[in-house]
Amino acid sequence: MATESGHAMSPGAIALENVTLAFGEGRNAVTALQSLSLTLRPGDFLSVLGPSGCGKSSLINTIAGFQRPQAGEVRVDGEQVVRPGPDRGVVFQQPTLFPWKLVWQNVDFGLKFRNVRRAQRDQMVDEILRKVGLSEFGRHYPAQLSGGMQQRVGLARVLVNKPRVMLMDEPFSSLDAQTRLMMQELLLEVWTEYGMTVLFVTHDIDEAIYLGSQVAVLTRRPGRLKALFDVPLPRPRTIDTLVSKDFMKLKRTCMDLLREEMLGAPAATERRGRDSNLARDRLLVESADVAA
Amino acid sequence: MANPTTTPTLLVDDFAPAEPSKWSVPANLDAIRRIITRLLALAAFIALWELASTNKIHFLINFAHVPAPSVVAVSTTEFAQAPKSLRHIANSARRVAIGFGLALLTAVPLGLLIGRSRLIEDVIMTPLEVLRPIPGVAWIPLAILMFPTAEQSMIFICFLGAIFPILLSTIHGVENLDRRLIYAAQSLGAGTWPIFREVVLPGAMPSIVTGLTIGMGTCWFLVVTAEMISGQFGIGYFTWESYTMQKYPDIIVGMLVIGVLGMASSALIRFLGRRLTPWQQNQGTR
Repeated sequence: MATESGHAMSPGAIALENVTLAFGEGRNAVTALQSLSLTLRPGDFLSVLGPSGCGKSSLINTIAGFQRPQAGEVRVDGEQVVRPGPDRGVVFQQPTLFPWKLVWQNVDFGLKFRNVRRAQRDQMVDEILRKVGLSEFGRHYPAQLSGGMQQRVGLARVLVNKPRVMLMDEPFSSLDAQTRLMMQELLLEVWTEYGMTVLFVTHDIDEAIYLGSQVAVLTRRPGRLKALFDVPLPRPRTIDTLVSKDFMKLKRTCMDLLREEMLGAPAATERRGRDSNLARDRLLVESADVAA
Repeated sequence: MANPTTTPTLLVDDFAPAEPSKWSVPANLDAIRRIITRLLALAAFIALWELASTNKIHFLINFAHVPAPSVVAVSTTEFAQAPKSLRHIANSARRVAIGFGLALLTAVPLGLLIGRSRLIEDVIMTPLEVLRPIPGVAWIPLAILMFPTAEQSMIFICFLGAIFPILLSTIHGVENLDRRLIYAAQSLGAGTWPIFREVVLPGAMPSIVTGLTIGMGTCWFLVVTAEMISGQFGIGYFTWESYTMQKYPDIIVGMLVIGVLGMASSALIRFLGRRLTPWQQNQGTR
């Protein structure tokens, strides 16, 4: 199936078992992930939230195969992950395009290492560029595009390989609010069409709930799984989703969990006003509750 | 998704056109005025030199034996017509080309390997670090002893002059390559060799080009020095011979030719550099 041009691709299952990942040695050693276990069924869209520096990126790096865990196992479709591969596409926080390659060459890069004929490759590149709305920009260098367009190339470069799993590391965090919203819509669109398994790391609670079928919350470093819950919001999701009562409830749950982790203690009622940002968000939640 | 026509709305979000009207009329006039000023300054410099030489001014600098520009101009036309001149230039250029070429072919692959492997760095860089602080000129006596012909020793000196700047800037370029670009290439299915060819090499290329520019300068500096000591032909030899034969105007002719050759070769490197890094020119149009 890997060399087919059609949309058929079988989504992958991801299983992490007691994964421990550490950096450095001796006194400088930092444990990023501690006995983390997590399972994604084929076609899942899991958003991962956590306090900054909790090992969210490390989670991506282990599944992608960039880093080997010290203990535990990472499996994709039952096969142990030992090295990076095109079955697990990675979209980075920065677009991370090859600056010396034109947009179409960036997208074509992965196809070169598979036995796909030139003509078919061109066709696949054209198709995917059209999908992300960049047909006109194939012959531009990445530096000639805006940040949002570059990130769309980053997405296209991964999609063209028809990955079973797509790993996304805060891919929209450096984009402005408008562009981010458009990118989120685009992502949901391709996920619905292609059906791959997505693991989406973010620090944005709205984004996590808006996109995910499930949300996982990690603890402070060393990262462990603190909570995992379903997002039962109907699809297709729209702007209405973002202001629905159910959305607000989920958002509040996430905020409580994250606040608990950041403060290092359970969220108590008397602490409510302590963080002005959280307090403001809370007011939003409460007024939404009243309105509904 | 239900409605695929939503995608085109994403097109051309904030693709800005190039800055307009940078070359409006007043700026153009200003540029012409600057060129005129510069030409006048150059004319004044030559006029002062002419005056100093014809009047044999001796104040700190002795102009008694410095040929005047008018005399140099005559010698330059003679040099341009003399059949031997081309041979001098061709000899120097050939030594630089071979020495520089060998340095390029050695330093770039070596630099790429050293930049990627700690072991290779330790094995190869340690002896090189010992040799690096020794200026190329200091090698000339040993180089003459090491090689059977003067020609080979001069090429070796050129090679030495170019190899360190190219090697160090290649290593620098590889080591400063964004790690995530390698990660991206690996996760797109690229193996070791494609990553070298398509990610590491182009990623280091801007830095390599900088090294080539510096290396070319050092090469000319060293070939002229080496020719003054052990040459038979070559522009450095011509300049030194003019001194020993007391053909003083030819010293200046030699110096001017060396300057022109240096300029021409660095222009060649700049041209090559632009061809090797085409993506860098387009960054200004963002």
